[in-house]
Amino acid sequence: MTSSTTQESTSGETPGHDSSTHAPRPSGPRLPPNLVYLAKRAGTYLVVFLVSLVLNFALPRLMPNDPAQSMIRDIYEKTGQRPSEYQMSIIHNMYGDPDTPVWEQFWNYMVQLAHLDLGRSIMYYPMKVTDLILQALPWTVYLGLVSTLLGWLIGTYLGARLGWKPGRLLDSIITPFAMFFSSIPPFWLGLLAVWYLSYSKGLFPAQGAVNQRMQPASLTNSDWVLSVLYHSVLPLIALTVVGFTSWLFSMRNMMITTVNEDYVHLARAKGLSPERVRNSYAARNALLPNITGLAMSMGGILMAVVLAEAVFIYPGLGGLIGASTAVRDYPLMQALLLIVIVLSLIFNFIADSVYVLLDPRTREGS
Amino acid sequence: MIRRFLSNPKVIIGLSIIGFFTLVAVLGKPFSTHVLGRTPQSIFPEAMGVGPSWSHPLGTTVSGQDVLTWMMHGTYNSMFVGFASAIIASFIAIAMGTAAGFLGGITDRLLNGLILIFQNLPSFPVLIIAATFWREMPLIVVSLLIGLFEWTGGARRIRAQALSLRGRDFTTALRTVGESKLRIVFVEVMPHMFGIISPIFLTLIAAGVGMQASMAMLGIGSAAEPSWGLIINYAFGMNALFRGMWWWFVPPGLCLALLGFATTMVNFGLDEITNPTLSSKRLSLMRKFLKRNRRRSTPSTPDKVPAGATS
Repeated sequence: MTSSTTQESTSGETPGHDSSTHAPRPSGPRLPPNLVYLAKRAGTYLVVFLVSLVLNFALPRLMPNDPAQSMIRDIYEKTGQRPSEYQMSIIHNMYGDPDTPVWEQFWNYMVQLAHLDLGRSIMYYPMKVTDLILQALPWTVYLGLVSTLLGWLIGTYLGARLGWKPGRLLDSIITPFAMFFSSIPPFWLGLLAVWYLSYSKGLFPAQGAVNQRMQPASLTNSDWVLSVLYHSVLPLIALTVVGFTSWLFSMRNMMITTVNEDYVHLARAKGLSPERVRNSYAARNALLPNITGLAMSMGGILMAVVLAEAVFIYPGLGGLIGASTAVRDYPLMQALLLIVIVLSLIFNFIADSVYVLLDPRTREGS
Repeated sequence: MIRRFLSNPKVIIGLSIIGFFTLVAVLGKPFSTHVLGRTPQSIFPEAMGVGPSWSHPLGTTVSGQDVLTWMMHGTYNSMFVGFASAIIASFIAIAMGTAAGFLGGITDRLLNGLILIFQNLPSFPVLIIAATFWREMPLIVVSLLIGLFEWTGGARRIRAQALSLRGRDFTTALRTVGESKLRIVFVEVMPHMFGIISPIFLTLIAAGVGMQASMAMLGIGSAAEPSWGLIINYAFGMNALFRGMWWWFVPPGLCLALLGFATTMVNFGLDEITNPTLSSKRLSLMRKFLKRNRRRSTPSTPDKVPAGATS
C-alpha cells in the first residue's frame, strides 16, 4: 500500500501547503498567484484521488481472504443461480482474477470506472450501486453541510468574542464547557438525544429523515420540507454541539495573538469603535486559519456524519455504509469509498477556493 | 520545564484521567475474573436488563451480562488499541518527520508529498473498507490500520521542528566537529523533540480509541472482544435506547468523552506553558494588575494597552 503511494507521489506537486509563503517564479509565463495556488491544490487532490483509486483496487487483492470468491458465493446464495458472464467480468475486474496479470486487471478496472460502471449491489440486487448512492447522497450532503456551516459559524463567532477579551467571565464559562463537549463522540451524543428527547420525552422523531406519509417528496411541498427539518433537528444538534468546539478554540487562540498586532493597535488609536476593530480588523485576519481548517476537516466531518446517520437511521451514506459492511456488499462498499473520498476532496477544494478569495496574499503574491 | 508542566492544573487533571484508565485497563481484567468471578460471557439469569444495584454496579444487559465486567474488559481493549495505534503512528510520524526535516532536498519533497496525500485521504472510509474485507479483524490489526492513517498531523509538526533544529547553532557545531548525521539526530536532537512528541502521542491515544470506537459502533472488527464502541453497538442494536437502559450505553460513551477530555486538557495546559499569551491564569492576573494601575494613575496612562496584553 505504501509503496504504491510513494510511486504516485514522485509525479506529485510541490506541496505548497502553507499558501502564504508561495511566490510566483520570476521566469516563465506569469500566472496569477491565486490560480497557481489553486492549481497546486487541485493537483494534490488529483494525486490523492489517484491514490485512492489504487487503494480501492489493491485493498481487496491484499486482504487475506478472497473477496471475489466470497462474492460469487454470496450472489449464488442470494439469487440461487450462478452469476452471469457480465457479473463475473465485473467481479474479476474489481476484486481480482486469478487468470489475468495485475496490469491487465488494473486496466480493466479503470476502463470500467471510466464508464461509471460500479457494478450492482448484492444486498439490493439488482439495483445499480450508483443509483443507490445517488439516492443517499443528498441526505448526507444536507446533514454535513448544514451542521458544518452551523458549527463553523457558531464556533468562529464565539471564538472571536472570547479571544477578544480572554479570561473574562464568558470565556471562563464557555471554554471549559467547550473543552468537554469537544471530546464527546457525536454519535454517542446522538444516542443520548434519542434516548432522552425522543423515547423518553417524545419531543422529536427518533429515526428516519422524513415522515413517509408526507407525499409528494419535493422541495415545493411545504409539509414535506417541514418534516425533513423536524427530523433533522436532533442529528444536527448532535453534530453541531460537538463540531463547533474546534472552531472556537482555533479562533480564540488566533484572536488572542491577533489582538496584539500593530494594525489592531492602530485601529484602536484611530478611535474606531471596539466592535469595528474586533470585527473588521482583528477577526478578519484571525479567520484565515479557520478557513484552511475547514478544508482539512472534511474527512473527519464526513466520519461524524456517517456515524450520526447510523444512530438516527438516516437514509444517507452512513446508513448504506453500515448496512453494506454488515452484509459485506463489496461493490457497494467500494463505490461508497470512492464517493466519500471524492466528496471530501471536492469540499476541500471549495474551501481552498474560498480561502483564495479571502486572503489577498494568495492573490497578489509577495 | 517538566516541573512547570506538572504543576499546571489542567495537565494534572488530564494526566490523572489518562492514568486512571490505564490502571483500569491493566487491572480490570484480572479484577473482574478473580475478585468478582465474572467474565463478559457469564450470564445472570435472575437479573436480566436491571439497573444499577449492589451486585451489579452498572446494571446488566438484556441478556443478563454484567455491564461493569464488560466495561473493564472493554477498557483494556480500547486502551490497547489506543496505545498500540499511538505507538505505531508516532513511530511513523517521527521517522517521516525527522527524515523529511533533516535530510531536506528531494527526500523532503517526496516525504512531504506523501504526508500531504495521506492527510487528504479520508482515513475513516478506507479503514472501514479494509476492515470489512478482513473478516473478524483482530485488534492488533485494527490498531495497525489506525496507526497507518493517523500519523500525518504529527509528522508535519515534527518535520517543522526538525527543520528549525537543523538550523540551530548546536547542530551546525556538531556537524563541523564531524559527528555523524545519525548521532546528531538520535542523541543530540531527539531530546529536543520530546516536548512535541509527548502531546502528539497523547492525542494519538485518544484519536485511536475514538477511531476504534467509531468502527466498532458500525460493527466493524472482532465481535468477540468487548470494547467501548462494541458495548455501545450492542446496546444500540438491542434497543437499549427504546427500553431506557441508560446504564448500558452511557458509561462507555462517558469513558470515551473523559479520555478525549483528558487529552484536550493536557494539550491546553501545554499550550499555556509554551505560549504564555494563552494562559488564563496569567491573563486574569494581568487584567487585575492593569486595572489597578490604571486606577492609580488614570489621567497619565494612555489607554493603548489592550485588555489581553502580553509582554
